[in-house]
Amino acid sequence: MAYSKKVLDHYNNPRNVGSLDKGSSTVGTGVVGAPECGDVMKLQIQVEGDRIVDAKFKTFGCGSAIASSSLATEWIKGKTLDEALAIQNTQIVEELSLPPVKIHCSVLAEDAIKAAIHDYKAKQAGSDDHEARA
Amino acid sequence: MKLPIYMDYQATTPVDPRVLEAMLPYFTERFGNAASRNHRYGWEAEEAVEKARQQIAALIGASPKEIVFTSGSTESINLALKGAAEMYAEKGKHIVTSQAEHKAVLDVCKHLEQRGFEVTYLQPDKSGRVGVEQVAGALRADTILVALMWANNEVGTLNPVREIGALCHSKGILFFSDATQAAGKLPVDVEADQVDMLCISGHKLYGPKGVGVLYVRRRNPRVRLVAQMDGGGHERGMRSGTLNVPSIVGLGQACEIARVELPAESARTSELRDHLERRIFGELDFVHLNGNREHRLPNNLNVSFAFVEGESLIMGISDVAVSSGSACTSASLEPSHVLRAMQVGEDLAHSSIRFGIGRFTTREELDFAANQVIAAVRRLRELSPLYEMAQEGVDLKSVQWQAPH
Repeated sequence: MAYSKKVLDHYNNPRNVGSLDKGSSTVGTGVVGAPECGDVMKLQIQVEGDRIVDAKFKTFGCGSAIASSSLATEWIKGKTLDEALAIQNTQIVEELSLPPVKIHCSVLAEDAIKAAIHDYKAKQAGSDDHEARA
Repeated sequence: MKLPIYMDYQATTPVDPRVLEAMLPYFTERFGNAASRNHRYGWEAEEAVEKARQQIAALIGASPKEIVFTSGSTESINLALKGAAEMYAEKGKHIVTSQAEHKAVLDVCKHLEQRGFEVTYLQPDKSGRVGVEQVAGALRADTILVALMWANNEVGTLNPVREIGALCHSKGILFFSDATQAAGKLPVDVEADQVDMLCISGHKLYGPKGVGVLYVRRRNPRVRLVAQMDGGGHERGMRSGTLNVPSIVGLGQACEIARVELPAESARTSELRDHLERRIFGELDFVHLNGNREHRLPNNLNVSFAFVEGESLIMGISDVAVSSGSACTSASLEPSHVLRAMQVGEDLAHSSIRFGIGRFTTREELDFAANQVIAAVRRLRELSPLYEMAQEGVDLKSVQWQAPH
């Protein structure tokens, strides 16, 4: 299969590889996919106020999955949570010129963003409750 | 060193220059039809075909009269299985094969099931091998044919052909073996191994593509087949169609070279394979051998690199031409049916690579390939959330994965 130049670029020079402290209250972690399906994405965000100030990822999957998650971290850095939530998989498909068999990679990247934000919001809600009780 | 390095010798092999040289005159000055009986052109072609028949028969211990030329193993398999099933349907309608066979065998079996035959698909053990006791246990009064491959094309595991042959002969059941990967790599002797039908493909042993043979036993027992290609009655009526003389000459030459050089070549390729295996297992953790360490082809190594996905690994080793054991590059996104039959977990099945070593593989190429593979696996593991979790001591099997797709 021929990969687009942008997929190859992200695969060869993935942006924002790594991990943030998942125990931190300002970090949201999303893990989506499953090993037996051949794709697992972990995407993490560091949030200040309602803005994503840092993002990291690690992905087990094909080149398109790695590129989709790498691109996702690049796009969400600096965005507000609402702006990040508005990112759709079709934008990733378009940017990376993914073929139809690889569309699920972009769906997974969108899911990973949403899962990380959801985790962050749940943490915040949890600590608010905690503070309220205290 | 020519890049990318070719390490997919189970998929196909280049034509040996000595084979090409033998073929060339039969495209031009000796272009006759081997079935033309009235002139020198025909006689020359027929003579060349008969010489090839002898060269091929010699490789597998058969008589030249037992060699039927076809277009390759897929056609040979179709002729053997459908031809025997049709011929012996009155005797019984049960066939025994294995889940790890090539798609050509499995699809022909499915076709026969639609025609009223019953097929038992034996499950191989975790190394891909079918046991003779398993075969014995599956045989019935109405079993007419056992079809089990000599060597598996993905993992290189060998079946106990000789024991299965003896069992089938003791019960009067025909035994077909797909020897596409084995012929020329391992000693094959249809008499000692008691095989009744066997297929060989030219392009797997440094001959041309589009030519192969079906060996059909003529004595003890005499195997009869219903032709699947009707026409001029070539090949003793079993396969009509003008013989592809240049390719047949090439296949003959390829078999002769394979027979003469087999001991040296098999020792050389297995030494290279072992070197590659030692490097991979010595320099990486979480590596699994797919196949059987004892009973295997000398030139095949199938390995799963845990926590790394096969397609991304192949992308990372673009200077090495190998195949992923999983068919992820196709639209199906299904891991290989062979690894599944061997009960390799789906996660590991997604991470498998088949390395094929051949006549033209050098030690220098092999070390280059090993370096590239080891570096790519390390890099991709740095990217892999699964590797990180494994190192943190998380049991991946206990994780509740979210997999909506």
